[in-house]
Amino acid sequence: MRIDARGMYYRDLNKMIHQAVKNGETEIVLDNVNGQRYIGTGINEKVRITVNGVPGNDLAAFMNGPEITVYANAQDGIGNTMNDGTVVVHGGAGDVLGYAMRGGKIFIKGNVGYRVGIHMKEYQDRVPAIVVGGTAGDFFGEYMAGGILVVLGLNRKPGDPLTGDYLGTGMHGGIIYLRGEVERYKLGKEVEVFELNEEDEKKLQPFLEEYCAHFGFELEEVLSVPFCKLLPVSKRPYGRLYAY
Amino acid sequence: MIGTFPRIPSGCAISGMMSKKGRRMNGEAVIKSIALMHDRSNGLGGGFAAYGIYPDFKNHYAFHILYSSKQNRIDTETYLKDKFIVDRCEPIPTRNVDNITDPPIIWRYFLLVDGKSLYDNAGQPVDERDYVVEAVMYINNCLDGAFVISSGKNMGAFKGVGYPEDIGRFFCLEDYEAYIWTSHGRFPTNTPGWWGGAHPFCLLDWSVVHNGEISSYGINKRYLEMFNYRCELQTDTEVVAYFVDLLHRKQGIPLELTCKILAAPFWQEIDRMEPEQRAVYTAIRQVYGSALLNGPFSFIIANSRAMIGLNDRIKLRPMTVGIKDDMVYMASEESAIREICPDLDEVWTAEAGEPVIAELEEGVEV
Repeated sequence: MRIDARGMYYRDLNKMIHQAVKNGETEIVLDNVNGQRYIGTGINEKVRITVNGVPGNDLAAFMNGPEITVYANAQDGIGNTMNDGTVVVHGGAGDVLGYAMRGGKIFIKGNVGYRVGIHMKEYQDRVPAIVVGGTAGDFFGEYMAGGILVVLGLNRKPGDPLTGDYLGTGMHGGIIYLRGEVERYKLGKEVEVFELNEEDEKKLQPFLEEYCAHFGFELEEVLSVPFCKLLPVSKRPYGRLYAY
Repeated sequence: MIGTFPRIPSGCAISGMMSKKGRRMNGEAVIKSIALMHDRSNGLGGGFAAYGIYPDFKNHYAFHILYSSKQNRIDTETYLKDKFIVDRCEPIPTRNVDNITDPPIIWRYFLLVDGKSLYDNAGQPVDERDYVVEAVMYINNCLDGAFVISSGKNMGAFKGVGYPEDIGRFFCLEDYEAYIWTSHGRFPTNTPGWWGGAHPFCLLDWSVVHNGEISSYGINKRYLEMFNYRCELQTDTEVVAYFVDLLHRKQGIPLELTCKILAAPFWQEIDRMEPEQRAVYTAIRQVYGSALLNGPFSFIIANSRAMIGLNDRIKLRPMTVGIKDDMVYMASEESAIREICPDLDEVWTAEAGEPVIAELEEGVEV
């Protein structure tokens, strides 16, 4: 079904979406979206939602299943505490993307803002992943406890750094893959840079393939630059902080 | 009007637009933009700054003043007549809006300074703008129930308690034409929601709207007091209007460097700079330590020729910038810009601590 969201208040729009899902709709197209918050929030069914326009903050928060495709830039707080599903953004995204995310996948074609992947976590087979096609701001993977973060740095302007400062600060779980090199001063105290092993390549490949499929990039081009990875050097960097 | 208020623990929204060619537009668009972010505010403050609205009085200082009572107005006017040539005074036109209740008395004055007044007690010449600043400080601090909410030439602030779109209609902003509009929707966190405490905060032609909070307020306030700026409006943002006046107007520090004083680079960034630059920033942090703003913020600061977007150093508040032909837009959310300009030539999110400065094109007279 199609919904013209022009001028619609976010609560009314979300009520319509939830009702449509309840009625068994599996394909929902939202036209003229502009700034409506919480689209896809708390939906448990495997529906497909297409967003034409700029969605508001907290897109796909607490989402548990749907596949959301956005044909515009997206704002802050996408995938907050998301549990399952996929978000594909044909543009850039703002700050705190994937905050406390615990499952599902997010693909961003362009750049992302600050504090992306903050406090992502994983449990057994639930491993959330965020793939960023462009560059990322400061505090990427801050307090990361699990999951996979990837930054590709494609279509960068000369001089644009791959990531900002304070990279992986407080990280104590999960993996960050970076396409290219990273200056040491940018690293948080809790991470180290490593080369990829075979297992990494196996793990990374499907995400890169999916990124290329969504946005029409050549996998060969993406793989033409060597990746490195960041891992936490301590499982509990703050374990002693409150012990005495 | 001012008194004790309950603390309501509860972000903010900001939006600004500017024509670099000085083209003037009425207030409809800026109201539409800030209204889109309705849920970022809670009805306890809304306001606008507009530049270019008084072309027939462009050499006059336009004072917008809020009064608690008629007697407060009479007392203040006595003071104004003593200090200035009052060429025109009138109530600011308003209309009834359901959600705007209990407004103060709101007047505007078009003032000139008699050159003979510009000497201090010792017979030394006084800068005209310093003279105006002193009058604003005097009214806000020493006269009961009177608050000057803007005091610049060919500009003015319109603000109060309510949602910004309601405040915009209350002040009939569709009747004003400006080449810079900035706006604010308030969600007060630490300070009371009262008419004088709504944003923007203004002094001379400066205006500031702010999303965030300034946790260094105490240090900043005491530093400004040494230069005779007195903070009486019970909201942290006030210090920023006085800082830009002190640093840029009085001390002649360029706009960009002024921003780098307020949101100074971290020492570890300074350590990595080339020697010359490192010396400048080291000096800035040493001399202006008390002007450093701590805490989360995104500001839109404006004067008659520029609109500036500035974020705190670790980007704890959002800001998106859009460009279309001669127009520059800055807002808390991209959607607030798209609402009034769907097809932008360029759009990006501002970086932490890096000012975005839009200026009137060279030769544009306003």
